[in-house]
Amino acid sequence: MSESDTAVAGWKESIFQVLKQGQIKQVAYVPDAGHAHVINRAHDDPDMNTVVLTTEEEGVAIGCGAWLGGQRSVLLMQSSGVGNCVNMFSLLQSCQIPFLTLITMRGEYAEFNAWQTPMSKATEGVLKAMGFRVLRVTDPAEVGEVVDAALDSAFVAGEQVAVLISQRLIGRKKWIKD
Amino acid sequence: MTQTALTLATIDRREFVAQLMKACPNALVIPGLGSSNYDLFAAGDRPENFYMWGAMGGAASIGLGLALAQPERDVIVLTGDGELLMGLGSLATIGAKQPKNLTIVVLDNGHFGETGMQRSHTSLGTDLVSVAKGCSIAQAEHLHAIGDVEKVTHAVTSKKGPALFQVKIKADDVPRALPSRDGVYVKNRFRAALGFEPF
Repeated sequence: MSESDTAVAGWKESIFQVLKQGQIKQVAYVPDAGHAHVINRAHDDPDMNTVVLTTEEEGVAIGCGAWLGGQRSVLLMQSSGVGNCVNMFSLLQSCQIPFLTLITMRGEYAEFNAWQTPMSKATEGVLKAMGFRVLRVTDPAEVGEVVDAALDSAFVAGEQVAVLISQRLIGRKKWIKD
Repeated sequence: MTQTALTLATIDRREFVAQLMKACPNALVIPGLGSSNYDLFAAGDRPENFYMWGAMGGAASIGLGLALAQPERDVIVLTGDGELLMGLGSLATIGAKQPKNLTIVVLDNGHFGETGMQRSHTSLGTDLVSVAKGCSIAQAEHLHAIGDVEKVTHAVTSKKGPALFQVKIKADDVPRALPSRDGVYVKNRFRAALGFEPF
């Protein structure tokens, strides 16, 4: 992994600040370089419980359990993980569980790994098919605002909301050392 | 092996769950899809039961999220071998978090009961207690007698978890007892019992 993959850009800190101020208490994740900063910040925050998952669908169920117990949660994953969640999303619909997920996109911009492409193309359609409101952010200046809006849509209006973080925003993954 | 396992199993699932719930009246309970859902309802309807009619493989993870959110409450995941097998990775996730207030009770008849009693992996070589221990759920045990319910209630109330009990139940067919299928109702009722309003 190159340094640019995990570089701390301001938009990454803005996500953490929004989650913190939005009273997110459980952060479930399958790691991604684009989420690394938020994961590290959440690990260091005594008011947040981080949960590393073996597969993304666990995070959907954990979010349901957290809500049953009166806590707000977020699921951090990359686009490939959306495919692992599909049937578990029905839990959110059947019980109308407020739910927020932040998804770093792979396979859509200057992608080196062609195996990321199919799920990338399907990510938004799969989420919408399972009842999600889908927001996308590409401009780093808008990240905090969009995540904040998504958080309100989830926990104030009771929706199931996904924010897609464009691969263009995350930056090119360097596969060959300069 | 299957026949041996079946003949060794003497525990009546309904009786076991009824005794468990009688001994743990304050527990928050997440039943897995299928027969354990019916067993829990048959033991007496209560708001602290989150009945599920889907989300197979999700019960243990729901229990984890709930246990983390409510560390002072006892949380029981009551599920079957088939339901847990679909979410086996969740044991690794639970092992990583070590929630002291989470107890997983697997009613293991070695079969997929809802779909025609096809043999499951626990009849074909998988030992869930070994899996749990391998996931650093140190308190993991097979139970073979109805009196062993006391081991479960002790684990539930002692908050020294996480714990997993693989309960060898008879693979007989019991009448269905059907809880509400209205997930929104069940969710709101559960949250209200904890003092939370709808969103």
